[in-house]
Amino acid sequence: MSDSIQLPRWIDVGVLPLMNLVLAFLISGLVVMAIGENPTEVVRIMLYGAFGYEEAVGYTLYYTTNFIFTGLAFAVAFHAGLFNIGVEGQAYVGGLGVTLAALYLNWLPFPVMLVVAILAAALFGAAWAYIPAYLQARRGSHVVITTIMFNFIASSLMVYLLVNVLRPQGSMTPESAAIDENLTLPYIHNMAAWFGIDMASSPLNLSFVYALVCCVLVWLFIWHTRWGYAIRTVGANAAAATFAGIEPGRYIIMAMMISGALSGFMALNEVMGVQHRLLIDFTAGYGFVGIAVALMGRNHPFGIFLSALLFGMLYQGGAELSFEIPTITNDMVVVIQGLVILCTGALEHMFRPRVTKIYTAWRLRQKTQEAA
Amino acid sequence: MDNFQMIVLLLDATMRTSTPLILAALAGMFSERAGTINLALEGMMLGGAFSAACVAYYTNSHWLGLGAAVLTTMGLSLLHGFACITHKGNQVVSGMAINILMSGLTALVGIALFAQGGKTPALDHSARFQPITLPGADAVANVPILGSLYSELISGHNILVYVAFLAVPASWWVLYRTRFGLRLRAVGENPGAVDTAGISVVGMRYKSVLCSGFLVGISGAYLSTAQGASFLSDMTAGKGYIALAAMVFGKWRPFPAMFACILFGFLDAAATRLQGVILPGIGEVPVQLVQALPYILTVILLAGFIGRAVAPKSLGRPYVKER
Amino acid sequence: MSDTIHTAHGTGATGTVPPAIELRGIDKRFGAVHANNSIDLKVEKGTIHGIVGENGAGKSTLMSILYGFYQADSGTIHVDGKLCNINGSEDAIAVGIGMVHQHFMLVEPFSVLENVILGVEGGAVLREGVDKAREELRRLEREYSLDIDPDAIVGELSVGLQQRVEILKALYRGAEILILDEPTGVLTPQEADHLFRILGTLKQQGKTVVLITHKLREIMAATDNVSVMRQGEMVAHRHTAQTSPEELSELMVGRKVLLRLEKGVANPHSTVLQVDNLCVDTSTGVRKVKNASFTVRAGEIVGIAGVSGNGQSELLEALGGIRAVSEGQVILNGQDVTPGRGVGPAELRQRGVAHVPEDRHRMAMVTNFSAEEAAILGYQDDKAYQNGLLLDWGKVADATRHMMEEFDVRPADPHLKAANFSGGNQQKLILAREMMRDPDLLLVGQPTRGVDIGAIEFIHKRIVAMRDAGKAVLLVSVELDEIMSLSDRILVMCDGFIVGEVNAADANERVLGLMMAGVDPKQAEAEVGK
Repeated sequence: MSDSIQLPRWIDVGVLPLMNLVLAFLISGLVVMAIGENPTEVVRIMLYGAFGYEEAVGYTLYYTTNFIFTGLAFAVAFHAGLFNIGVEGQAYVGGLGVTLAALYLNWLPFPVMLVVAILAAALFGAAWAYIPAYLQARRGSHVVITTIMFNFIASSLMVYLLVNVLRPQGSMTPESAAIDENLTLPYIHNMAAWFGIDMASSPLNLSFVYALVCCVLVWLFIWHTRWGYAIRTVGANAAAATFAGIEPGRYIIMAMMISGALSGFMALNEVMGVQHRLLIDFTAGYGFVGIAVALMGRNHPFGIFLSALLFGMLYQGGAELSFEIPTITNDMVVVIQGLVILCTGALEHMFRPRVTKIYTAWRLRQKTQEAA
Repeated sequence: MDNFQMIVLLLDATMRTSTPLILAALAGMFSERAGTINLALEGMMLGGAFSAACVAYYTNSHWLGLGAAVLTTMGLSLLHGFACITHKGNQVVSGMAINILMSGLTALVGIALFAQGGKTPALDHSARFQPITLPGADAVANVPILGSLYSELISGHNILVYVAFLAVPASWWVLYRTRFGLRLRAVGENPGAVDTAGISVVGMRYKSVLCSGFLVGISGAYLSTAQGASFLSDMTAGKGYIALAAMVFGKWRPFPAMFACILFGFLDAAATRLQGVILPGIGEVPVQLVQALPYILTVILLAGFIGRAVAPKSLGRPYVKER
Repeated sequence: MSDTIHTAHGTGATGTVPPAIELRGIDKRFGAVHANNSIDLKVEKGTIHGIVGENGAGKSTLMSILYGFYQADSGTIHVDGKLCNINGSEDAIAVGIGMVHQHFMLVEPFSVLENVILGVEGGAVLREGVDKAREELRRLEREYSLDIDPDAIVGELSVGLQQRVEILKALYRGAEILILDEPTGVLTPQEADHLFRILGTLKQQGKTVVLITHKLREIMAATDNVSVMRQGEMVAHRHTAQTSPEELSELMVGRKVLLRLEKGVANPHSTVLQVDNLCVDTSTGVRKVKNASFTVRAGEIVGIAGVSGNGQSELLEALGGIRAVSEGQVILNGQDVTPGRGVGPAELRQRGVAHVPEDRHRMAMVTNFSAEEAAILGYQDDKAYQNGLLLDWGKVADATRHMMEEFDVRPADPHLKAANFSGGNQQKLILAREMMRDPDLLLVGQPTRGVDIGAIEFIHKRIVAMRDAGKAVLLVSVELDEIMSLSDRILVMCDGFIVGEVNAADANERVLGLMMAGVDPKQAEAEVGK
């Protein structure tokens, strides 16, 4: 049995995921070649598009912000052994919370509004996650299916609200009224200007900083609190959790609600930071990207930050790409995203037996050499 | 008679909207009854629809299009099997990966081939499945009620609609009346029993995902070459997930799943017609509620409030010999 | 002990008939575990042959190899004198071997008939084979008086009937040799009696039966010959008529070379734990602990002896709050703390109960946690480990280092993954975690399972030290030597009942052996006294 041999950490969390990632990119390169373009040219354009000029960097980090939130959301549930496919819907409903707060409590001063908006996003997102969580913990309904269903229900609910409730009178587009300018999140380039620094304008806003804060908070929560400890125990060994007096159902619900809250934070960036209103489908699949981000980042906030950055780069670079090469659109990024999930997630064990074999042989040779 | 006509039209539309759901739900059933979660129905359906439209466009043959769709989806099934059965990867993750991959790939290749923003060019008459007038349909058309039911509702669909409805008893027969079906169901419940009976668990699971791929391929072809006349990006619009919901709603059984598909298809057909309609006593029905109803019903079922949906026991678990 | 191998002849068999099964030098390793070490075995045709041994002795592995579920690393299998290459269940079925697994290999939503024909359907369409099968089934059923409705849904049958379906499956496939793995573990006494009647009929019909069990009474009652396994090795073969339960229990439990434990006289005082009429059921409703009543006082070690699977595990888990109690009462320091009625593991811990569970990997730790994370399992909410809202890993690491020092855990690195420690060091860390809490009551199960000799001595000393510090200790172990050298009083469990209590000072191994086989203590003493 190969699993009885322990690979060292640097192979386990370094080499193996990297091999899977490289495989994903190799296949992506083949796809690019198959549609008649040059992969190295594509990489060059994407890198330039993502980091080549100041504005591009801002866009890259703006996308990164979304992916940090959704990646963290998926990861927290994952630590409890749950697949939260519902990040997309929870983010969507979180957007409703932010919008309602900003529209109906618009007399609040900005600093208070900031706190209220964060709470509203968390509350709405967590509430949307609560029902599937409760059903999983207490009635055994599979959280994967219920969260998928809740994505669709959220979608219908939001269309209804946007068309029938939130749409300002006289407007034909199904979107909410605009949020008061004083209550939107400041752009980073504007903030830089306060200190006399000149930056190109981009959608990057204060929520990026909050995303980084959330990385730290999630890291603290998962690895430095007794609740995080309990969640990890439930995810790793439910029998041991019971032995330790940790009631699994309780922590399943807790993990899912935190996951939902983090999902909701994505709306801070999109609704309060960039669009300044609630738009139909503003989540645009970012919730699903979170799955790839978390799997690739090994469900660790630092890894999630790195892979969110990679996906931010892919999204922004992909936008550049569609300008430069008309046959390649943002869909290329979706393809890469799918391949990354496939290779680093579903096929994560593919190389393990072979690598284990090579590693064991190498160790054996080293030992015999040492002995000699 | 006006009301009657309206109902017939509504049911007629229901037949069309439920067809892809039925095929996909049966597809999901074959895979899941053998223990492999198939969340990839959505992506496979999309891939099938795209291949069918492309090949039908180039060859001007809807049959070749159908063949291409089935080959595509069976290939994707093998990929799913490779990840989940051979490498014991996570079945949910694999399914999501295929969905996302196909959503991107179909659009990307579509633009590269046709430069129409992800659409494929409209298909000619001959490259599409055409309505079939069943024998005698014209003759009885004027017979009140029964005659018009036959000629308007039963007759006049393309062959894939009939295939879908016939696939239900056929699947039932395969699952419950053949050796293959017996082994397939056994593998989903207790793979150990199958292994100790001297049958390959891996082999059975691969066969089951291939069946799944075959059926969902037809549903994909139906979308782009029978119901529609071209491929549109993300044209499945969640139908794969609705089919999955219908399969769960039908408790992983062919006929109940079909009724769930018909119900969900009916809700879909009704939703478009209910736009702005004010029902007496209820007021205006929110279309979105009707659209969300399949999902809401499925959640309620899963919660165990209306009967219990018991999944195959080994669903989602790769087979590892006990130690 | 004598290791002579008798070449036994079964009833009705003549010397010229080759053995139904002959295994030569079967060897199998799972990673570091040597599950089967060069096993030889002969099973005569037309006999019932018992294989006894403790859990983990390698019996099930051996039979799984015979049935083609695993492949041996080396060694040969001969059936009816012919060398057989068994690479899968289908090969075993082909040479006439059938197996009734410990965990039934049945498809619960299927009917009896469907279960029986699975794999031998007799045609692509079921109907062709089914009618023939139904007839054949009826014949088998009558012949062996199995008494089963072929159309009943298996999941709705009692466990005993399900087992008969397994037997039917094997017979339907034309099995001449039937292997039963721990067949009575899940049966009521009446069901077990019926099973043995069926096995008797099978033998009369000329079939060969291999019975794997750890219950000596069954061996004595039902078998012609018996082989004993211990720690992956075949240690003895006997004619059942020429052996005794004491000899067998001694052979299977074995005697580890233990240094005599220096321990003073116990000085028990107030009652810490009082158990009244305790009954514990499994989730499937099988009663595993039956009306157990006993006390444990401060300053004494009470050992529970018994062959594994006789209810000790469930008793320990119930007292630890992990399993709900069905009937009866648990009183700790004068207060009702009956688990399941609002009392769980967390509260018991707070009230001074420390628990070292029997199964280290399943319950006592999370293998991919670091040592320091493993060292606070169960005590994660302890104020001493917190710093405001956060866990203070510095304090945890210090505490872990302290535990490692106290209990000589090596390597003394709190950051190392728990899985990377040896079994002995894992166990010492767990004992440290539970013992250094200064509990009133220590529940400890199989404290030295999978632990090297050096660590065993250390662990034993610490357990005695707990007693001498005035703690109440309840020890569950299947190692008789361990029980005898550690305990002050010994309770013997058999089939869920506490058969009797023996003062450790006058404990006699043979008396205990008889009691473990269910013999009343007075009778046991009388028998040994003869």
